Amino acid sequence: MTKALLACRGLDVRYGERWLVRCLQLEIAQGERWALVGPNGAGKTTLLQVLAGVRAADGGAVELAGRPLDRWSVEELAAQRALVADRWFDPFGTRALDTVMAARYRFRGAKHATSGNGQDGERLARQCMAAMDCEALALRDVRQLSRGERQRVALAAGLAQQSALILLDEPISHQDPRHQVQVLQQLSQRKQCTYVGALHDINAAARFATHALLLTGDGSWHAGASHSVLTQEHLSPLFGTEIVQVLVDSQRVFVSTGGIPA
Amino acid sequence: MDATVRLRELPNASFLPMLIAAAVLCLLAALRFGSVEVSTGALLHALVDRLRGGQESSVAATVLALRLPRALTGIAVGGLLALSGALLQSLLRNPLADPYVLGVSGGASCAAITAIAFGAGAAAIALFAAGGAFAAMLLLFLLAHRALFARDAPLEQGRDTAILLTGVMIASLCAAALSLVLTLAPDGRLRTMVFWLLGDLSGAVSMGVAMAAVFSWLLLLSLGLRDANALNLMLGGEVQAYTQGVATAQVRRRLIALTAVATGVAVALAGAVGFVGFVAPHLVRYFVGTNQRVVLPAASLLGAILVLLADTIGRSIAAPLQLPVGALTALVGVPVFLWQLQRP
Repeated sequence: MTKALLACRGLDVRYGERWLVRCLQLEIAQGERWALVGPNGAGKTTLLQVLAGVRAADGGAVELAGRPLDRWSVEELAAQRALVADRWFDPFGTRALDTVMAARYRFRGAKHATSGNGQDGERLARQCMAAMDCEALALRDVRQLSRGERQRVALAAGLAQQSALILLDEPISHQDPRHQVQVLQQLSQRKQCTYVGALHDINAAARFATHALLLTGDGSWHAGASHSVLTQEHLSPLFGTEIVQVLVDSQRVFVSTGGIPA
Repeated sequence: MDATVRLRELPNASFLPMLIAAAVLCLLAALRFGSVEVSTGALLHALVDRLRGGQESSVAATVLALRLPRALTGIAVGGLLALSGALLQSLLRNPLADPYVLGVSGGASCAAITAIAFGAGAAAIALFAAGGAFAAMLLLFLLAHRALFARDAPLEQGRDTAILLTGVMIASLCAAALSLVLTLAPDGRLRTMVFWLLGDLSGAVSMGVAMAAVFSWLLLLSLGLRDANALNLMLGGEVQAYTQGVATAQVRRRLIALTAVATGVAVALAGAVGFVGFVAPHLVRYFVGTNQRVVLPAASLLGAILVLLADTIGRSIAAPLQLPVGALTALVGVPVFLWQLQRP
């Protein structure tokens, strides 16, 4: 058995009085891509924050590479995991490139050329931007970007941090159809990276993820390989609306058929 | 119009040397002008003589002995206040923050005015001011304990506001106590108090104290610069900065303590000089953007220049009458700031 990169051992997560997740047992191996799927308010973002070590668990433990999260220093954690949020604070004008370069804070002072923060750092930052189709925006002020463009800059920053695990909060929520495909394709091409991403679009989740974790929001959960978890039998009760599965060019596609009264 | 608005390639490289040159010019002006005017040549001659350890007793030498420590103190005070203001505006992400917003100078003022009321000398007043500043800082760390030392650090919302409000409350408390002391104080000492409260550099300072002040400014500035990169990241949100490797809680505690010390030293030296700490960072950001590695030293230098200019004008314009520097900083600063606001 391969050693898990990220493991939840009886993890409890609470938001206020409500238990979002109870006794979550999960092992995520390197190279796996997990989708967090669940209705609004089910706790996907909160769980991501716990996995990132930003929020404390309310019970149980999260282990990264075999060591509990709270025994890592802030700096060590930055080398292990990145978090791409879906909200950004841009109080002052900054060039998009500088925003991506900032993600390389953990390399400051690094002497060797490959991981340095100087010219090599900038080249790598630009490569990450190119992968997320936003290199043309490098010199633009982040406050003047559209939400979709800003999101791709944030994704590029997540890649530029060069950590093994990347946590994604709704990574394609502001993307047009072409960029949805492109972003997820580029991410899954990086085989050495492990992803845990909250995804609203079930079809995107089914294409991107190797595994899925379903969150109902009342503490219960269901985890497994995506083809066995992302099914109409699981998804319809999860979202409380009729979802059927059809095959288009031998690809599974989920369609919501919940009726809207005419 | 071109739709792709690019940020100006910032003239960072040339901005700092320009400010340093301006500061040197202002220092020369501060030594030259005043109730007695001395030629630059005589001044430089006296300066060289002094550096050689000579005991020349020309007019220029006397003027230099009086004006040099005062000018250096002015530089340190302006530098410290502007550094403090720049750090607080970034840290609290609030453009209205200034060095006095956390109540540190309130504590200093209370203690200093009480000392004046009891007839203390200049050195004792400065000591009391420093002690009051320190007490106010302790109170802040105690009262804002939850916001400053919370676990789950990066997530907790409204912590900046909590720290800011605690500081404002301490400042208000000090202001109330201060007005009480002012009402009860003997009439003969009110003038000294008003000058102190406005901020005044006319208290005689020895060359040693002035050098120590400049040294402490440079020391605190270099300490602040060590966290400049972290501060850059924190501007973009605390969760983001934390996941990118910034120990946000530690940086915040460190920098708040640093601003408190900087403000305390400045206030102990010159009283509550207003406006510089607020306006210098604003002006600097307009020219060089928000990279804290440039903003901190540039704001500091501009603050030094502003106080030096204001004090020189205050000494010269109505000579032999001396106007308090605190009144002049605002008189000079407000028009400059408004002019900047009007520009597109």
